[in-house]
Amino acid sequence: MSSRRPVVYPDTTAPLRERTREALADDALAANLRAAGASWGAARARIASENPFAQMRDRAREIRRGDVRDLPELLDRLEERVRAAGGVVTRAADADAACRYITDLAAARGARLVAKSKSMATEEIKLNEAIEESGLRVVETDLGEWILQLAGQHPSHIVAPAVPLNKEQVRQVLMAESGWELPSDREALVAHARTRLREVFASADIGISGVNFGVAETGTICVVENEGNARLVTALPRIHVAVMGMERVVRDWDEAAHILQILPMAAIGDDAAGYVNLITGPRAPGEADGPEELHLVIVDGGRSALLGTDLEEALDCIRCGACLYSCPMWRSVGGQAYGSPYSGPIGSVLTPLLEGMEGERSSELPFMSSLCGSCHDACPVGIPLHDLLVRVRARVTTAAHRRDRARFRLWSLAWSSPAAYRASVLLARMGLRLAGRRGWARRLPGPGAEWTSQRDLPTRWPPTPPR
Amino acid sequence: MRAMLMRTCLSDVMAPSVARAARTVLERAGLTVAVPRRQTCCGQPGWSSGHPEQARRVARTALAAFAGDDPVVVPSGSCAAMVRHGYPELFAGQPEEEAALAMAARTRELTQFIAEQGLGVGARGSGSATYHDSCHMLRLLGERESGRAALAAVDGVELREMQATDVCCGFGGTFSVNFPEVSGRLGEEKARNAAATGADELVACDLSCLLHIVGRARRTGIGIRARHIAEVLAG
Repeated sequence: MSSRRPVVYPDTTAPLRERTREALADDALAANLRAAGASWGAARARIASENPFAQMRDRAREIRRGDVRDLPELLDRLEERVRAAGGVVTRAADADAACRYITDLAAARGARLVAKSKSMATEEIKLNEAIEESGLRVVETDLGEWILQLAGQHPSHIVAPAVPLNKEQVRQVLMAESGWELPSDREALVAHARTRLREVFASADIGISGVNFGVAETGTICVVENEGNARLVTALPRIHVAVMGMERVVRDWDEAAHILQILPMAAIGDDAAGYVNLITGPRAPGEADGPEELHLVIVDGGRSALLGTDLEEALDCIRCGACLYSCPMWRSVGGQAYGSPYSGPIGSVLTPLLEGMEGERSSELPFMSSLCGSCHDACPVGIPLHDLLVRVRARVTTAAHRRDRARFRLWSLAWSSPAAYRASVLLARMGLRLAGRRGWARRLPGPGAEWTSQRDLPTRWPPTPPR
Repeated sequence: MRAMLMRTCLSDVMAPSVARAARTVLERAGLTVAVPRRQTCCGQPGWSSGHPEQARRVARTALAAFAGDDPVVVPSGSCAAMVRHGYPELFAGQPEEEAALAMAARTRELTQFIAEQGLGVGARGSGSATYHDSCHMLRLLGERESGRAALAAVDGVELREMQATDVCCGFGGTFSVNFPEVSGRLGEEKARNAAATGADELVACDLSCLLHIVGRARRTGIGIRARHIAEVLAG
């Protein structure tokens, strides 16, 4: 795969292992992650017990498999129907093309302030940076995203971006932004944010949203949210730009209704999302509200290269974030350690696939998994993420992976011969005997050193009982 | 009835008693057990590390060693999952595809085999045990019951379930040495949950998890003992 613009954040420079160490050392982060994971787990268990979740999941899988299989055709239909409703559609081959279209549009309309609602695709293409470079101001209006923008941090979770911050940390950020003294109760902080953001909605020239999915049948854009900010972003400013990853299409309203139902169940363990915005075209003659212009930007960004391959199922994702919460690795280090807008199991699959397999930082991600498979269990569209992780690992082309392959070549030479295998086992057992003291090794040399950096190794089995 | 025993490379290197116990259990249940001498490893380390070609080379030795029609029994949920879940993909489009599919179809994890065949093991023990659901057993083989059923059939042993028994212990093959700090954190949580049951020992169908959990437990001062389920069943 060719070299593309990085999907990982520009400040993702330290090796992943170092970043995981830093995250593990942060006790406040651990407590926040534990609380978030536990509350998601409880809500999710409840909703699964009240609904025929397994059947709903089978149906959702069937829908998404079909949509992705027929993607070219569905995209054409979506484009045609959006145009028929009065919208403008652009297909962007990559992040640069998508950003350029939007900054050119802003310049042509003389825009100064851009209001944004939460969108993974715009994080992926680094749209905020592009807008700021072009001299405009851009404000995130999802509460969590806004707090992170003010704090200069990246979102950590697809659905709950500010998971790693607690209430007091949020208060500090909001006080710094406004220069006001703020009380520490939750209601007051939210009310304060509402006041500040209302000014942004009222004065923004352009509203930019993501797209949960486009319905090909009618050219309708669905934006699901829990705060109401996306409704304002897509309705109040004169121009609405919706940015969509090219795979986020469903065929018709039958499918849309099912996905709209299972999405909040998987994401937040609830029956319904707070707001579901269904947008078909800009304001039509005689309508009271809505933007004058609607632009739909469909981003490829490496996705079409996955179609028809054994990695295609990565495109089935509906961005619910369930695999993140379900992942013991994600729950240990949080999303920011991943250094990519897409974290957790799906992020570890998507990031290198979208960026290209030679990215040194992006290609570490698929290895940060024990392949335990809980992501597959949690996924509302049944993506076999543990299998995809293995397939992505095999495609990595970095120098580190080539060195690893050289080691495994030696392994395969030795262990494909029964005689050499037996000899190596004998050697290993002799080594163990030498390394052990009363049945345990505390420090091993060479390849065993990383094992004993965290654990003792029982050199006799069953292990000698603890003292 | 006859069966072939896959010893597993981890048992060969770290704990030959596990494969020996598995053989004892099967023989006591009345089976004629063959332990093919030319077996090495199922190939999983290479496969899950992203080196399919190297994995295939090793896995071919398993196809050769376990040729025939007899069931293949393996005292590891993870190795069984490699054969059953991984081989069809590893050998797709290869000359050995048919042999790989056939081997996948007749390979079983030890306790699954016992449950499916309704074997009487007649094991005796004492005290209490807590059972760790190893991930590949639970989620790739979809097996939650057979390990517990085997334990329940051991006379005199009480099962005490731990919190979060289905959460990964953090071993994860080469993950354990590539990201040892994350792996260690998860191992510690698992060890704490196991110790909190007050059970006399921790039991699982996978030696790999146990090596990691008891190793982390000892490093962090958590007192737990562990045995592989085959050893418990062999009494």
